[in-house]
This record gives sequence, structure tokens and C-alpha cells, in this order.
Amino acid sequence: MAEYKKPLPVLDSDTAEFWESCKRHELLIQRCDQCKSLRYPPRSICPKCFSLNARWDKVSGRGEVYSFTVARVPLSPEWIPDIPYVIGVIQLNEGVRIVSNIVGCKLEDIKIGMTVEVTFDDVTDNISLPKFKPVP
Amino acid sequence: MANLKDTCAIVGIGETKFGTLPGATNTSLNIEACKMAIEDSGLTKDDVDGLLGQKAYFEPTFLWSTLLGDRMGLSLKYTADLDLGGATPVAMVQHAIMAINAGLCSVVVCTFGEAMRSHGRQQGWTYMLRTREFEEPFGLLMPTHAYSLACRRHMYEYGTTSEQLGAIAIACRKHASMNDNAQQRKPLTMKDYLDSRMFADPFRLLDICQVTDGGAAVVVTSVERARDLKHAPVYISGMGNGHTGVGVGWFPSMTTTGAGESAKMAFEMAGLVPGDIDVAEIYDCFTYTVLVTLEDYGFCKKGEGGPFVEGGRIELGAELPVNTHGGLLSQGHVDGMNHITEAVKQLRGDCGRRQVKGAEIAVVSGNGGDLSIHTTLVLRR
Repeated sequence: MAEYKKPLPVLDSDTAEFWESCKRHELLIQRCDQCKSLRYPPRSICPKCFSLNARWDKVSGRGEVYSFTVARVPLSPEWIPDIPYVIGVIQLNEGVRIVSNIVGCKLEDIKIGMTVEVTFDDVTDNISLPKFKPVP
Repeated sequence: MANLKDTCAIVGIGETKFGTLPGATNTSLNIEACKMAIEDSGLTKDDVDGLLGQKAYFEPTFLWSTLLGDRMGLSLKYTADLDLGGATPVAMVQHAIMAINAGLCSVVVCTFGEAMRSHGRQQGWTYMLRTREFEEPFGLLMPTHAYSLACRRHMYEYGTTSEQLGAIAIACRKHASMNDNAQQRKPLTMKDYLDSRMFADPFRLLDICQVTDGGAAVVVTSVERARDLKHAPVYISGMGNGHTGVGVGWFPSMTTTGAGESAKMAFEMAGLVPGDIDVAEIYDCFTYTVLVTLEDYGFCKKGEGGPFVEGGRIELGAELPVNTHGGLLSQGHVDGMNHITEAVKQLRGDCGRRQVKGAEIAVVSGNGGDLSIHTTLVLRR
């Protein structure tokens, strides 16, 4: 695979489970073991009940576009081939929101409220990014 | 809580030239601004015993304010670097008030300076190290991206329009046209705004602040000490803080910010309401930041920021003059320290053509991160 120059996640004790599941093309979200609330991004503590105990739940991977923008100016050269690209905030059906990309559709077709589902982009041998495409 | 209302005043201000200053450095701009502010106050460097700074965004130096104090030959009893993004300058004034009231020091200089325009890229102006692995891999790389997500949601929820954002850019530019120390002084039309390059929908180039070489500083001291200095004191009547969070995608509400709590605290301390404000210097990293802050401050209802800014209502001579210096959008990005210096100039009556007639009470907002943290000052003459 050609060298990938854009930023990649660095796996740590809080986040490795998430990125390893993405590599298997599964979307896992952290759930507090005590108050049962879902949270994203992953972290070591529940922001609602302060419990340190959590597990990972497989979620539907479906949701809707909560907001989006079209990046039309690259920050640095490695982003030039991607321009224009869509940064979206996806509200999963389970309630949590994810910042990701909206792919597989025309820019002018993207609307807030549009139904989308996860699709995994294997950007390196070790990292797959969860992106979202319209549900046909 | 101790009542800090009107216990301290801003007695000196300094502003370097803003724009492209190839020879300037982060250090030289802070030092120049501090010297101007101290001289403006009528005090000397030997009277200064407190210094609060904020590292320029890509400045790697350790012990930043300590270094600035050393280079200027200050004998400091109190110093710190604060790190709240664009909420920092307002927060510095708040920390100065607390330190003075606690008896730690008596004269505090608050400073920010940055050679971003000439040297930002050499200093590593690329990735901001934001919520890194859950935003950057997807290309959410700049504040522009984050704020445009919030703005788009505001448009969806409340029907805010591009023309309403444009009205903010036009107002700031109109005010900058009356400010000799503004980076952009050529007045804008709505056509200019709408024709400017789309950067990150719905943000066009003219929704985005300047990139600036410049510095600004203020001197804060007790009202007792302020009484017989060079200028009439500008009293600090109210201060507040409010936090939204880190990561715009995850805010419980993407269209309501910590500005509301911050303003509530500041107005309550001052015993004032938004209707009492004569001039508002509102942090404007983007046009949208002004719109949402005016709503959260209570100048209009939630969702009505768009109609509120239309029709020249935030321009000089109208209902609520906003960013009379031109703001970050047109005067220059000195992290909002220039919003404080402008409010002081307005309350001193020193603004010439852009003077708000009879201005007695001003509000200044600071906003850091991606709408993450908000700070407020209420000032009066």
C-alpha cells in the first residue's frame, strides 16, 4: 500500500478497542457498566456517573446526518487529492454522534436528516476509518 | 463569592501595528505591546509586579510569561501562562482581578502577541492537535471546519441565512474602514461577500478572521491605585465564564454555547442587563461566532441572531454597535486582546470617527477552541 500521509489515530488503552473493531468492519461504542449510557469518543470514565467500568456494544451503524460541511481548501498538500470532501456529524440511531466523512453521493444531495450507514475505508493495513454513505 | 465588582480597572492599553510585519517575532510583539500599555497607564516598568501571557499558537518556548518578564526586566510577584484559546485575553483580566484582590500583586500586565502571518507556517502551523484521532483522520482539521458544522446546524434549526452572516462581515469591515490600525479597510458590499470563495460551506473566505502579525496588552490595577493615573480608569464591573465542551460534534446542543452562562454571571455581577450595553466587542473568529454569542448573551432570543444582525443594526449609530474596531474579521486576529483595548478606547472617548457617542458601558467576549470556552467582561467608565 502506498504511504498514507494523512493523520491516523494512535491507539491507546482508551481507544484501541474502537479502532480494532473498525479493522474488523464492526462499529463498537463504549457503554458505561454502571449507568448504561453510551459515550463517544471513547475515554476512561463515564461523564455522566463517573464510573470507570465500561464495555463495548456493537451498534447498528445507521444514523442520520446531524450537520455537515464541504472542505474546499486543503490544509496541507496531503489533502489536495480529497478536495472537496465532506465532513459530517452523524447521529447514530443509538443516540451518540460521530464526526466522520459522508461518501458515496453527490455533494448537492447531502441534507441534514439524511439516513446514512457506516462503510469502512481500509486506509492502511492496520487502520480502517468508519465513514458513512447514504442508505439506498 | 467575594464581590469583585468595580474593585479593579484597566488603566493602560497598547496595540502594535497589525498586519504583515516581517521582522517581528512573537516575543518582540508582546514586548512592544507591553511597553505601550505600561507607558499609556502612566506607570513605569518598576511598578509592574504581575504578568499574564498566552503563548502564541505555535510558539514552542517553555515558561513563556516568565521569559517575557525576564526580557523586560520586570520584578514579578505573580505570573502565569493561560491556555484557553481565544477566551484567554478576557480570562487574563479576570485572573488579574483575582490576584490583585488576593493581595498577591498590585499592577498586572496582560499580553498577547503573535507573528502568525509572517512566521506561523514555519512554526508548524498545520495540525492543531485537536481531539486528534476522532476528528483529524476525517479531515476536520481547522476551526473553520468545526465552526462551519455548528453554523450549518444553526441554519437548519433557525433558518439563518448567508446574507445574515454577510451582514456581520460588512459591519466589521465598515468599522475597520474607520480604524487606521486595521488590516482590511476597504468597505464590503453584500455582493463582495456572496462572491467570496467558498471555503467550508457555509463559510466563505469573508466569514473567516484575518491572519495577523500583531500584539496588544492591557494594564490592570486596583481602583485605589487607578485614581490618579494618566487616564480616567475603565472599571471592570462584571466577569463570567461558561464552558461548552471540546469537540463540536458532541456538544449536547450544537447551537447553544457556554456564552449564556458566562454573560449571565458577568451581567449579574455588574447589576446590568444586555439592554444597558452601549457597545459590544464580540469575539469574531468567524461571522457565526458573533451571531450565536449575541443570542446566548440575551441581546435577542435564541434563533433570532440572524434577523438581529440585519439591516445595519450592529453598525455604528444603530441599536447595538458591535466590533467597532473591525474585530478579528477585519482589524486583525490578536486573539481578542484587541477587543479589550477597543472597549477601553470607546469608554475613554478616544475613537474619533468610530466613537460610539456617550458610550458608558461595554461588554467584551472571549471565545476559545471550537466554541469550547467562553469568557466575558462588563466594563464601564
